[in-house]
Amino acid sequence: MATADRILTDEMIAAIEAYFPRYPTRQAVTLPALHVVNERLRYVPLEAVVEIGELLGLAPAEVQDTLSFYGFFKQDKPHGETRAWVCRSISCALRGGEEILDHLCHVAGVRPGQTTADGKLTIEFAECLGACDYAPCMLAGKALLKNLTKESADEFLAEVKRGASANGKKS
Amino acid sequence: MPKFEPVLLANVGKPNSHTLKVYEGQGGYRALKKVLAESTPSGFLEAVKSTNLRGRGGAGFPTGLKWSFLPKDHLGPIYMCINADESEPGTFNNRILMEEDPHQILEGVILSCFATRATTAYIYIRYEYPLSYDRMHSAIDECYAAGYLGKKILGRDFSLDIFMHRGAAAYICGEETGLIESLEGKRAWPRIKPPFPAVEGVFHKPTVVNNIETVCCVTQIAARGVEWFKSIGVPSDPKNPRDPGSYGPKLYCLSGHVNKPGCYEAPLGITCRQLIDEFGGGVWKGRKAKAAIPGGISMGLLTEAEFDTPLDFSGPGKVGCLGLGTAAVVVLDETVSIVDFLHNSCRFFAHESCGQCTPCREGTAWSLSMLERIKAGRGRLRDLDLLLEIGDTIGIMPGTTICGLADGAAWPIKNAIRKFRAEFEGYIKRTNPRGYMMTDAVEALPVVGAH
Ligand SMILES: Cc1cc2nc3c(=O)[nH]c(=O)nc-3n(C[C@H](O)[C@H](O)[C@H](O)COP(=O)(O)O)c2cc1C
Ligand code: SF4
Ligand code: FES
Repeated sequence: MATADRILTDEMIAAIEAYFPRYPTRQAVTLPALHVVNERLRYVPLEAVVEIGELLGLAPAEVQDTLSFYGFFKQDKPHGETRAWVCRSISCALRGGEEILDHLCHVAGVRPGQTTADGKLTIEFAECLGACDYAPCMLAGKALLKNLTKESADEFLAEVKRGASANGKKS
Repeated sequence: MPKFEPVLLANVGKPNSHTLKVYEGQGGYRALKKVLAESTPSGFLEAVKSTNLRGRGGAGFPTGLKWSFLPKDHLGPIYMCINADESEPGTFNNRILMEEDPHQILEGVILSCFATRATTAYIYIRYEYPLSYDRMHSAIDECYAAGYLGKKILGRDFSLDIFMHRGAAAYICGEETGLIESLEGKRAWPRIKPPFPAVEGVFHKPTVVNNIETVCCVTQIAARGVEWFKSIGVPSDPKNPRDPGSYGPKLYCLSGHVNKPGCYEAPLGITCRQLIDEFGGGVWKGRKAKAAIPGGISMGLLTEAEFDTPLDFSGPGKVGCLGLGTAAVVVLDETVSIVDFLHNSCRFFAHESCGQCTPCREGTAWSLSMLERIKAGRGRLRDLDLLLEIGDTIGIMPGTTICGLADGAAWPIKNAIRKFRAEFEGYIKRTNPRGYMMTDAVEALPVVGAH
């Protein structure tokens, strides 16, 4: 297939193939491959599912079957430049986590799972992020934002809007 | 109780504690060298077995015993899966260990693989731990460079590779056979047991699954000895020959309405009250506590009157909780509505049920629907009995499901309603004065806020 017709770049294919020696089966590379694509495209469109299947020697349906189990990979369009996971589980809820989630969604004008019109931010609810000592908290890209308040949530939104968010950038 | 010096957390908080240099400076990898030079796999396995170390991931199964279920003289390969999926609400000790002391973990993984003759270890880590992932990754690279991993480790006839494997935000991947399926690249549907992983696990090969904190205990047992480990904690009950006891140090995660949330190390058997008062600085805002989760939300609830329960492997069960679980204590102060608590719990399990077993999929979904309706002021007293019926019938204990997620969903329902029934009844009567006695079928409200 010519490069132009493919959605997986040579770099992505090389990154996926680098996982092959780690596992006795190709199928085990499914999740790593989905992450490789998702970290670069911010979603995993069906075309990518087909191409991952070709690489791993699997039917597209097998890859899609696994992908669809995890509510994690978007398929219709990319998530925002920053994807923020706001915890709604018990330790955070006891310290105002749900109010923070509502506030963020309200100010950003989205519902959980949606992306702002400027494409900068996707807000998601999360179940326990394993950082209950910093409740309420959220994970924005790779950054854990601790002990959130409405004020710090507003600051976060302002940073994202400026596009200056070091917090939000995915590696 | 004599003052207890943290062991598992000894390096946490020190500058650059995550680097090989600092870890070796504290005596790290000396235990590995000693075991490889002086012991054999079966010798070290027997030593771990004799400590009665019990798994720290939630089920509390004796680690050495689990290892001994692996087939003898197997042609291999044997796999080790390290469970770093840590997603039980309230629990964060694995994160702290991975971020701050990855080499303590890796030394334990290498030792555990030596004992079990595993030649490949996968560390299954939840996606939401990016810093842990980076730290573990760098630490593994350092180990290869130093000859602690790879071929012929420290000159012995022992080779090992360790790989990180990332999940994708699903709680069920923490269940050991869900983890295995996910690692194989499939939906994380837990398997029917038997066969147990020790006989047929990942890639159809004998497999051991152990938690991050468990392998850290293995490191400390190698460094300090069996006697040391058995000098800590709660001895086995002499009247019960099958009780393995609760030996060793434990990482207790404390969160919710306390002054000082955090991860604290104490001998197994500290009471919930001691943990809250001596480590957590008491309940916040000068308030009283109403209840506490004893070991992650799956374990149910302790009432304030039950706070003197020792948090060892058999303590919480004696007051109707599911068990010690992950030893994550979440404190609810007197202002918390128990209805809100149970709604939060039911929402979690409805979201995380993998959907394979009808009692779990339907039970968790319907319990959430009922709680939504109760919260919306349309509850009936009869709903409490319906909820209890769900609570009493879903799970591996009543024998209706494949895995323990359903038991974890059931226990908060049973404990909350049985221990706080008057509050539920009061709430329902107050918010639904005209309909609370109704018993005919009602429609569920649409569930809001789920994906
Ligand atoms: C629904 C469910 C979720 C679980 N999640 C975890 C987890 O995140 N981490 C973990 O170590 N064990 C978890 N467990 C327990 C594992 O199945 C298994 O017992 C454990 O990883 C074994 O390691 P250990 O013996 O060292 O504790 C979970 C169990 C169930 C039923
Ligand atoms: S009990 Fe629930 S989570 Fe476990 S396998 Fe069955 S449906 Fe899935
Ligand atoms: S409950 Fe929010 S991080 Fe654990």
